Amino acid sequence: MVKVIIDRERCKGCELCTLVCPQKIMVMSKSFNKKSYHPAEQINPEKCTGCAFCAMTCPDVAIEVYK
Amino acid sequence: MKEVFTKPKALTDVPFTYCPGCHHGIIHRLVAEAMDDLNITEDTIGIAPVGCAVFAYLFFNCDMIVAAHGRAPATATGIKRVRPDNIVFSYQGDGDLASIGTAEIVHAANRGEKITVIFVNNAIYGMTGGQMAPTTLQGQITQTSPYGRDSRTMGMPIRICELLSTLNSPAYIERVALTKPAYIVKAKKAIKKAFQFQVEGKGFSLVEVLSTCPTNWGLSPKEANEWLNEKMIPYYPLGEFKYVEEVS
Repeated sequence: MVKVIIDRERCKGCELCTLVCPQKIMVMSKSFNKKSYHPAEQINPEKCTGCAFCAMTCPDVAIEVYK
Repeated sequence: MKEVFTKPKALTDVPFTYCPGCHHGIIHRLVAEAMDDLNITEDTIGIAPVGCAVFAYLFFNCDMIVAAHGRAPATATGIKRVRPDNIVFSYQGDGDLASIGTAEIVHAANRGEKITVIFVNNAIYGMTGGQMAPTTLQGQITQTSPYGRDSRTMGMPIRICELLSTLNSPAYIERVALTKPAYIVKAKKAIKKAFQFQVEGKGFSLVEVLSTCPTNWGLSPKEANEWLNEKMIPYYPLGEFKYVEEVS
């Protein structure tokens, strides 16, 4: 079981994590955070392999991955 | 649960002040991871530049100083000579290092100062609003080159790694990018190696990181990554330019 924790308030909605996710399960939320960005969120967490590409690519260090 | 990826301890909790998609944040994290890996955060003194990264002192958990524009290598030289046991690095952009600070970096490298330089090349002046930098590509449109950079009057973009690798003294020079996870892994290794060189007292080390500036390029972060891959990497080839095992 992989757990991906996204800090919604740190995320600036740049979408870079959605581009590198091999499983295409990182998507942009329809809701806003306090900075008025659409933060990233994970769908279908059971598909996550824990490769941490999203966290490696995140320019705001808003993603943490646990296995 | 086992940690696969967490924020490095050498970074503070202050959120970065950079634009969405800017690679500065990734580079900050890689520098912090290198400090964590080598366990040198307590002994490290960083020099922040003038530019977007001027607030770097807010983000790193090590001691930091801000130098006058372009003068970070000179400041780093002074600190390293007075405190040779500390690890000293400068973090500079292309407007800072390749333009107003060209003399400082060339001579610091030529003297073989035992410092580490992280050089962020995004082919434009970021903080001041997107003016042409010495590293701006031929034909690239900026605030001060509205018809595109014309090499007949503005010269060709400066390749700093190639320029500095003609000198005898530098120990380690490498150029990396961050547009793919594979590149990020290589960049992490390069930055760690640059610090490792200083820890071992081998001499001057510089890592040039090709970075995007989505805001001033007028592109989305995704398009900026593609532009970097298509336009910048062919002109600024990635790889190791200098690797000296032993410095006499």
